[in-house]
Amino acid sequence: MSDLHVEPSLRAGMVYAALRSPSFMIGLVLTLIFIAAALISFFWTPYDVTQLNIADKLQQPSAAHWFGTDAFGRDIFSMIMVGARVSIAVALVAVGIGIVVGVPLGLLAAARHGSLIDEIIMRTNDLVFAFPALLMAIMITAVFGPSAINAITAIGIFNIPVFARLARGAALSLWQRDYVLAARVAGKGRARISAEHILPNLANLLIVQGTIQFSLGILAEAGLAFFGLGTQPPLPSWGRMLSEAQTLIYIASYVAIFPGLAIVFTVLGLNLMGDGLRDIFDPKLRRAR
Amino acid sequence: MLPFVIKRLVSLTLSLVAASLVIFFVIEVVPGDPASFMLGLNASPETVAALRDSLGLNASAPIRYWQWITGLLQGEFGISYTYKVPVRDLILDRIWISMPLAVYALILSTVIAFPVGVLAASRRNSPTDVSIMGVTQLGIAVPNFWFGMLLVLLFAVTLGWFSAGGFPGWEAGFFAGMKALTLPAVALALPQASILARVMRSSLLDTLGEDFVRTARAKGLTRRQALWRHALRNALIPVLTIIGLQFSFLLAGAIIIENVFFLPGLGRLVFQGITQRDLIVVKSVIFLLVFAVILVTFIVDITYAIADPRLRRARS
Amino acid sequence: MALLEIENLALSIKGTPILRDIDLKVDAGEVAGVVGESGSGKSMTAMAIMQLLPVGTQWQGAIRLDGKALETYSEKDMCALRGNDIGMVFQEPMTALNPVQTIGDQVAETILVHSGKSRSEARRIAREALNRVGLPEAQFPLDRYPHDLSGGQRQRVVIAMAIALQPKLLIADEPTTALDVTTQAQILRLLKQLVDEDGMGLILITHDLAVVADMADHIVIMKEGEVVEAGNTLDLFRRMKHPYTKALFEASSHVPVRNPVHVAERGEPVIEVSSVVRDYPLPRRSLFKAPGHFRAVDNVSLAIMRGENVGLVGESGCGKSTLTRAILALDPIQAGEIKLNGGVFSTSGEGPDRDMRRRVQVVFQDPYSSFNPRHRVDRLIAEPFHLLESQPDRADKRRRIDAALTNVGLSPSDAHKYIHEFSGGQRQRIAIARALIIEPSLIVLDEAVSALDVSIRAQILDLLADLSDRLAISYLFISHDLSVVRAITDRVLVMKSGQVVEEGSTEDVFRDPQHAYTRELLAATPILDEALKAREARAAAK
Repeated sequence: MSDLHVEPSLRAGMVYAALRSPSFMIGLVLTLIFIAAALISFFWTPYDVTQLNIADKLQQPSAAHWFGTDAFGRDIFSMIMVGARVSIAVALVAVGIGIVVGVPLGLLAAARHGSLIDEIIMRTNDLVFAFPALLMAIMITAVFGPSAINAITAIGIFNIPVFARLARGAALSLWQRDYVLAARVAGKGRARISAEHILPNLANLLIVQGTIQFSLGILAEAGLAFFGLGTQPPLPSWGRMLSEAQTLIYIASYVAIFPGLAIVFTVLGLNLMGDGLRDIFDPKLRRAR
Repeated sequence: MLPFVIKRLVSLTLSLVAASLVIFFVIEVVPGDPASFMLGLNASPETVAALRDSLGLNASAPIRYWQWITGLLQGEFGISYTYKVPVRDLILDRIWISMPLAVYALILSTVIAFPVGVLAASRRNSPTDVSIMGVTQLGIAVPNFWFGMLLVLLFAVTLGWFSAGGFPGWEAGFFAGMKALTLPAVALALPQASILARVMRSSLLDTLGEDFVRTARAKGLTRRQALWRHALRNALIPVLTIIGLQFSFLLAGAIIIENVFFLPGLGRLVFQGITQRDLIVVKSVIFLLVFAVILVTFIVDITYAIADPRLRRARS
Repeated sequence: MALLEIENLALSIKGTPILRDIDLKVDAGEVAGVVGESGSGKSMTAMAIMQLLPVGTQWQGAIRLDGKALETYSEKDMCALRGNDIGMVFQEPMTALNPVQTIGDQVAETILVHSGKSRSEARRIAREALNRVGLPEAQFPLDRYPHDLSGGQRQRVVIAMAIALQPKLLIADEPTTALDVTTQAQILRLLKQLVDEDGMGLILITHDLAVVADMADHIVIMKEGEVVEAGNTLDLFRRMKHPYTKALFEASSHVPVRNPVHVAERGEPVIEVSSVVRDYPLPRRSLFKAPGHFRAVDNVSLAIMRGENVGLVGESGCGKSTLTRAILALDPIQAGEIKLNGGVFSTSGEGPDRDMRRRVQVVFQDPYSSFNPRHRVDRLIAEPFHLLESQPDRADKRRRIDAALTNVGLSPSDAHKYIHEFSGGQRQRIAIARALIIEPSLIVLDEAVSALDVSIRAQILDLLADLSDRLAISYLFISHDLSVVRAITDRVLVMKSGQVVEEGSTEDVFRDPQHAYTRELLAATPILDEALKAREARAAAK
């Protein structure tokens, strides 16, 4: 966290840096492809994914079915398009929960550094960290039953301490800056300083971490769905497509290959974009690494 | 050093108490009546009442919590509702698969990540570094269960070198057991190794930029000597944290991987516990896993203090 | 043949020229001073001698050690040379040592990499080296870790590492910049003594003319990667051919002209600090004992009159920063009272009075961390308007921002720029504008010129003197730099261990210090004129 600042007039320079950063551009393209697939699936897919067609089951990839069909004759390409919708929605909402709850907590803890409230927030964070997202999800689904909402809750809760810690750590170093002291000399309160001076200077860091948590969220959602704890039928999801493919792997390996590749490319795209953003926001880091 | 250890032990105990409260609350208090939850909608009131009675659910929540905790301290986890055997026996049967699997994967990921990370850092921006960074970027993106399926496809289905799943039992011999755990461990380890290698690299690069490395070079150490003697030990400190965190991810990941490879471990047990609504099994196994995670965090903290003399003083 | 000869050294990093046409000569037993402001290329010259250059560096010219050209040395030969024939001491002692290795191991390593000596023999030599630099075994056994030592002690360890093998050449790159004056004096004395005893050549790199005037036999003055003037110390200062040398010389001992308006009736003090105490809680040692506390400010009183400039000097840890924070009401006080213009501002019981807060403003040391990089200058300097009862309307605000900018020598058109468009000196002007804008009666200048190069420092001092004269503002000028305090203040307070040990008019205190600590401080402070006079006297005696 050598430098959190992006000087506003450097924004034009950042656009230029973004265009020249191969990892950012590849990441952006991959991410846009999947977002586009998810959006298009609301209006159009090559085949109806809720329609079973046993006669067409387990077709090899062909011109008619680009990625083949599954054991119920559904078009895998169409299922992946709809699956993108679920994956992106779950991960996005989970990251949103993490940011909306975690960042204010982190800012509060930093503003009241060393106080009881700081201690309570950080200890609670540690406790939540002791339950990996999957364990959390298992617990929640064991009680409430499997559903997409529960998957979102579980991943979202796990994201809270991630963002709280990040925000607190970065905010603590910003609180040491002289401009914060100057604001205090100008009579501004902790809440106002947090909003005016701390949060805006955390934004870049949060964007970078946000893309990383987004990709982790997609992996976690796939894991939960694979385990049967995520999205429920009839809506297809990448994780469940893989779990259904498990028994078919001996006869039709492509059933397992394509949904897996969809996950890999989405996550890869987001990670590359996150890495690229970090470099673009922090030219010092780009030189160092 | 001793006050530091005691302080960490107190915090370890507090975390365990807090974790047990959370688990108890979510599993026994939130569903309302666990007995009718476990039996489902079609159960007759008499059966529910009988189950309530046998589970001791008529007592108040604090008392039940107290009984659960005192039981745990004596190694008694209760009787499984579906298996009708003590949960302790179920866990003891399966822990000898899950534990070795997690440790095997952790060792694999560390052994792979370490040299790879050091190599990439010492040849920064070289083609070696760029390819390593590319491969690890891919490794992070691969879900471990899918990677497990690909391993089965290649090594079991196509090549026939390994069996596709199952576990022969340790009675079949150490090597037979390890062989059965190898594909699952690799599936677990590679994505984690990718993360670890990247952390190792960036931490080492940070340390190589420190003033004391320049001091070492001014003393006449070669680039290599400065890296091995001065940078590495300092770079390891953040890496230790990640290794600690990874253990909890590996434990959780093992739950899924065990289902991919049909290994009769704790993951299968939890999975079955959920599908059969056996809350007693779910509650105990989750507590055990959380206990393992907290314990590892404690061990990492202690290792930290050994690696960094500043902490022995500052934190104690 | 000189020990080290540099001829026509030119150096560029990834195509950007850094050094041009550098010549430098050092003989055995001689001290060469390399002087320059930041960005002059003095450190890069040192790294070129060590051949520890950043990736992508290219250099031409000749660097000869003992007549042997370094460009013929392989990296392996250079490793054998570094630490053995050339030792180096760096600026930042706090980070120059490996935190996870004992000081004994770190010093012994120099010996182990260069000789086939056994571990125990190496440790014995390390022990001797540490003894020589003033770290005796009784308090500084070999198995201590760096974090146990103070900055000055760590610098001694670094020096022990550099001289353990009695190198022919020692390079010291700003070795005392991060240290207090009394520690600086000790370290400089130690370096001088080591040079005399071992007959080493020493290259002393510094920004401080007074230090080189005292230490160096001959001097090289650098600016923007070039040598502007070089020669024997006395001759160079007598002649000062190059205008830059002259400017540097004048800026180093610059005293701004003061014409204080005569405030006939000074009346009540602008600020009156009475018996203020500030305690810090120490970390809890045990669960059962109440945590102790550290008294950073112990019963301090001071008063500043209207238009008066008061200096507060002391070394790091003396409590001056803590006192500043208490005066600014950033931290609570545990006892005593602070009054502004006769009204109570803050006491131990109650927090500060918001309405009074506008009477004190502040300028900090670091011009780079003093501003939120996301705001424009007008928003930055208008921040203290927050303290006003009613916000000024747009036109009024506009007018006051323009006035503040004009007052500090900037133009109203600068209001729409972002802070990164300004240099360090300009940023410090903006910081002063921010402090001025609500017309406070007191401005606290917390090491406000310490981070600036001497030429910029002189300009800011002039500005401050001018503002104080014109607007009759009082300053509390906090600094570790005695010569700056002498130049700008009317009265001075000396702080040590949380207490004011001496107080009086600046001239009296500097001419006739009463307290032993003040005398020690003054003796340790390098003063350009006096160093030159002493040098002349020595030359005459010969």
